[in-house]
Amino acid sequence: MSEPILSIRNLTVEIPTRQGILRPVNGVSYDIGRGEILGVVGESGAGKSMAGNAVIGLLSPPARIAEGEIHVNGARIDQLKGDAMRRLRGKEIGMVFQDPLTSLNPLLRIGDQLTETILAHLPLSRSQAEERAVQALDEVGIPGAAERVNSYPHEFSGGMRQRVVIALALCAEPSLIIADEPTTALDVSVQAQIIALLKQLCRNRGTAVMLITHDMGVIAEAADRVAVMYAGKLVELGPVREVLTTPRHPYTDGLMGSTPLASRGKDRLHQIPGAMPRLDSLPQGCAFHPRCPYAQAQCKADPAPKLNEGEGAACWFPLPHATKVA
Amino acid sequence: MSFAFMLAYVIQRVIQSALVLLVVGLVAFSMFRFVGDPVDNMLGQERTQADIDRLRTQLGLDQPFPVQYVKFLSGAAQGNFGVSYRQGRPVSEILVQRAPATLELAAVSGFLAITIGIGLGVFTAIRRNGFTANAIMSLSLIGVSLPTFLIGILLIYLFSVELGWLPSFGRGETVQIGWWSTGFLTESGLKALILPSITLGLYQMTLIMRLVRSEMLEVLRQDYIRFARARGLRDRAVNFRHALKNTLVPVITVTGLQLGSIIAFAIITETVFQWPGVGLLFINAIQFVDIPVMAAYLMLISVMFVGINLIVDLLYFAIDPRLRADRTKAH
Ligand SMILES: Nc1ncnc2c1ncn2[C@@H]1O[C@H](COP(=O)(O)OP(=O)(O)OP(=O)(O)O)[C@@H](O)[C@H]1O
Ligand SMILES: [Mg+2]
Repeated sequence: MSEPILSIRNLTVEIPTRQGILRPVNGVSYDIGRGEILGVVGESGAGKSMAGNAVIGLLSPPARIAEGEIHVNGARIDQLKGDAMRRLRGKEIGMVFQDPLTSLNPLLRIGDQLTETILAHLPLSRSQAEERAVQALDEVGIPGAAERVNSYPHEFSGGMRQRVVIALALCAEPSLIIADEPTTALDVSVQAQIIALLKQLCRNRGTAVMLITHDMGVIAEAADRVAVMYAGKLVELGPVREVLTTPRHPYTDGLMGSTPLASRGKDRLHQIPGAMPRLDSLPQGCAFHPRCPYAQAQCKADPAPKLNEGEGAACWFPLPHATKVA
Repeated sequence: MSFAFMLAYVIQRVIQSALVLLVVGLVAFSMFRFVGDPVDNMLGQERTQADIDRLRTQLGLDQPFPVQYVKFLSGAAQGNFGVSYRQGRPVSEILVQRAPATLELAAVSGFLAITIGIGLGVFTAIRRNGFTANAIMSLSLIGVSLPTFLIGILLIYLFSVELGWLPSFGRGETVQIGWWSTGFLTESGLKALILPSITLGLYQMTLIMRLVRSEMLEVLRQDYIRFARARGLRDRAVNFRHALKNTLVPVITVTGLQLGSIIAFAIITETVFQWPGVGLLFINAIQFVDIPVMAAYLMLISVMFVGINLIVDLLYFAIDPRLRADRTKAH
């Protein structure tokens, strides 16, 4: 395999608090290759957004990268500061936010927002940048792009706005896109279109995508591989087909179970009992053991094992071999 | 965006403004009726009934109330406010003579308040945990809590009495340009402007600063600011192009009202510094129950307030495209 676009090694994000240091991201490692879409799933608070923000250098203090390395196109970026990091944002790493209604500046024409982004990164004249802005809008499927550059955000519908957001994230041709729940705020009817658009654009350009979502349907539709996070840790990583059909970590299995997925049959529709522990009161051993139907003595005593060669499940007794304890 | 919609809005606002002015006009005019008979004050002890009648006819006081009101209004609309009881000269003439002093003072104060207020507001928001920013915030509490006259007196004490750097009263030398007398062109005129304009503008400045700061902090938390940063825009572009512009939308209203009150509050500053403007004129007019001057002053101030309000509304249109849309065009 050629060099990955994004490579995260042992990434740890810390938040110092009065009660002690919290680790919303704790020793996470994964790669995303050229043109590959990595789906990142996990319950709310698992640390998915934190990991994404760490990569693009937008952690809000006091959160900070405490350990680990982040490489983009082979260059280490986790230690970059100020202007050096700013240059990478938009140019190497693009980001798509959840809510298109609030991600666009309401007072600026979208053409101006596109042009300023292009000019911040590419050595173009203003008129060339304006041409490119029209092209960028056209590529995300906005009809009449040449006139629409003069529109303000409120003149677009939600789905169209998310297309504009994607155009903005891609307009300086980054090699990595972090899409943090890009469809959660959208109408169900346009969600599929947006995912299809994102997928098609990234396939054509070879852009790597970190696709954060709660929606297993989106994962099944778009992702090549899936990373499952729980309480700051990566608990399972693997090709989408394997993870969805034969999950190895009981947590992944539970997540699948709580999502109505046609291929898995109706009898599996259940919730994982309990809730994810708070970061300041993580249990001993494997963080998932209090909720795990297969937990054994070892799960309570020892921290879960590391992922083997970066793939598989961080579990002492991975499925399907584990047996349910009564 | 529709031009017809905007025009309709402007016309509606102009009509509202006119109504407000009519009411103020009625109040101002009523003073003539309720604050005694000016004729008594104006004529000396050796008056005859003929003198009184002649003066009454001359001042139009012999006519019925509504007629007088309409006359007053139509006169006011043409800038004719009658004759000052005290000075015996047309009020309009006195106002024209006094207005430049107040307008120059208010313009300098307003300019200082807006530029320094917005500048410091942005600074303290961007560096919200910095030492300087915190020091400025603490100092600004003084600006909000000290009464204007006290600030004026303190400044006079420090810079005029103790240090002797700046004059404590008056406008200094002025230069006449047509009917306008300006203090901007002489050294003593400029020096004389410093203390009064700081006194007059300080409260507004701190208010604008604190408002800009809190609005800016709010805006900096918004998703579109995060998204702007995530696109790699420079700090300057994020702070000034994206954040400041959004901050200004709510700030404009308050700032507009503050500018109106700068002119109204000029009364106090003008009194402290014996500044020969319309505020001081008004104070003196009160002492002499010089009603035409008082009425004219009231009308002038209300025209100013209403005008500023109108401009503020139109500025909204200029800044916020969402208001220009008569209905959302969702495609
Ligand atoms: N300033 C902070 N102080 C303490 N804990 C924090 C702070 N900011 C975030 N956290 C914690 O960090 C954890 C990770 O949050 P993150 O936003 O990455 O979750 P997420 O997986 O994206 O969830 P969601 O699906 O809801 O977006 C959460 O448990 C959150 O409570
Ligand atoms: Mg999140």
